[in-house]
Amino acid sequence: MLQVRNKKRVLPGFGMTMGFTLVYLSLMVLIPLAGLFIMSSRMSWSDFLDKAVFDPRVLAAYRLSFSSAFMAAFVNAVFGFIVAWVLVRYRFWGKRLVDALVDLPFALPTAVSGIALTTLYATTGWVGNLLEPFGISVAYTSSGIVVALILIGLPFAVRTVQPAMEDMEIELEEAATSLGATRLQVLARVIGPSILPSILSGFTLAFARGIGEFGSVYFIAGNMPMKTEIAPLLIIIKLEQYDALGAAAIGVVMLVTSFCMIFIINMLQFWSRRYQ
Amino acid sequence: MAGNVQSCGHSTQLGVRGCRSESNLVRCILIATALMFLTLVLVLPLVLIFATAFSRGIGVYVSAFSDPDALSAIRLTLLTAAVAVPLNTVFGVCAAWAIAKFEFCGKNILITLIDLPFAVSPVIAGLIFVILFGSWGFFGNWLFAHNIQIIFAKPGIIIATVFITFPFVARELIPLMQAQGSEEEQSAIVLGAGAWQIFRRVTLPNIKWGLLYGVILCNARAMGEFGAVSVVSGHIRGLTNTMPLHLEILYNEYNFAAAFAIASMLTFLALITLVLKSLIEWRSARHLALEKQEV
Repeated sequence: MLQVRNKKRVLPGFGMTMGFTLVYLSLMVLIPLAGLFIMSSRMSWSDFLDKAVFDPRVLAAYRLSFSSAFMAAFVNAVFGFIVAWVLVRYRFWGKRLVDALVDLPFALPTAVSGIALTTLYATTGWVGNLLEPFGISVAYTSSGIVVALILIGLPFAVRTVQPAMEDMEIELEEAATSLGATRLQVLARVIGPSILPSILSGFTLAFARGIGEFGSVYFIAGNMPMKTEIAPLLIIIKLEQYDALGAAAIGVVMLVTSFCMIFIINMLQFWSRRYQ
Repeated sequence: MAGNVQSCGHSTQLGVRGCRSESNLVRCILIATALMFLTLVLVLPLVLIFATAFSRGIGVYVSAFSDPDALSAIRLTLLTAAVAVPLNTVFGVCAAWAIAKFEFCGKNILITLIDLPFAVSPVIAGLIFVILFGSWGFFGNWLFAHNIQIIFAKPGIIIATVFITFPFVARELIPLMQAQGSEEEQSAIVLGAGAWQIFRRVTLPNIKWGLLYGVILCNARAMGEFGAVSVVSGHIRGLTNTMPLHLEILYNEYNFAAAFAIASMLTFLALITLVLKSLIEWRSARHLALEKQEV
């Protein structure tokens, strides 16, 4: 405690930096977000529920947003695990390049990945062309949305699992093997449990990002009402129709969902820290 | 901990394979699966962007940038980044200094609040500013009376971008500065350095690579933001279009070569960001290795 107090006195600048941090945070983030809640509190409860929940078009948009984000996060959890595994454990030519490339979706503008994926997976595109004979169309369908969200969520899935895999203690695996466990048993009983929390938090991060994603999905979805219209797009449509309350109501539902996600992610990280 | 890492590297290098490695077949299958997956979602789109951009010759590519609408979109994008990046950099340094160098209660809550814009959908980021400054928003009447336009104008685009890129620098710096501790700064104080001197001579050299990466990532995001900007912009050609919005218009007009020309420039920016990130990581890994050797 004494040390803590000392620290506070020794280094300068706490008041100024903390003051600026709080003022800037409030002005740029907290007050604007509060505005959304104040706006929607102007509605009565039944009005709010009518606009945010019981409208069939809104419900269809939620269902689509959540199910596509869930599927994309699931695919990312599986393939993200494989990519992380390969990057941590094996050596192969071009590994550094692959490792750097995983971060591409963080840096690439979402509109760019949107038009690139759409052109690629349209029936005339390089990949869509190959899928067409099998009757599979990706662009302008809900599977197109999943593809876009896989790209967006990929770095989350890989980058949360990768450090956990690097930190794993080799002795545990050695011990399990010397006690007669097969490779699959080691994977299921030793490696699995210790990196499960990080897989789950990667899944949750990718899921949370997928629910809110707009730029890449907007181009590939085709945006047909009730069919391929995601929740963020519906907010924009409501705004264009001057239905600010309707937009705010959907916004509140999505924002509260994001807050729940943050809570879950924090719990997962707390859980994974206990394992280390 | 260091011992573990060493023994791990040691045993794989010596070829104690049985316990930690799969058969060559499994290995190849896993590597092939990972590469196939990454090719489908990352590499092919990347190749396609450049292939389409140059598909109608270099002339069309160049003319995509000399179009006055494109030029004004580039100017607005640069202006937006020029405001958003410095603001969030100053904020990031201040927040990291307050959080990493001092103890106070509610620190974790503060960190979570700083991360908040990451969790908010870009569309909602646009929506909240429309609600604040739009014609029927909280400050709508006042702004109208004073003839100030924020929504469907440049200030709105800049504010929304600041919100979206808010946590980038802070998020790079906070864990870095927390890991570095404050012993060096404390010694500087004992030796009689002033606040600004400590920051410039002691802290800044320690954090410069992390800071640089945060700034670059913040910049890439500021220039590439689509969702939030699209809500507040109003899409007025030549006035309130940023590069991603201009790209959308070209794409919807089936002017693919020009759309992908703009896209290729934004992609180039993203690739530079990745290269710099790898360089910085490589440098700091080498730095750590050197430090370990010295110990």
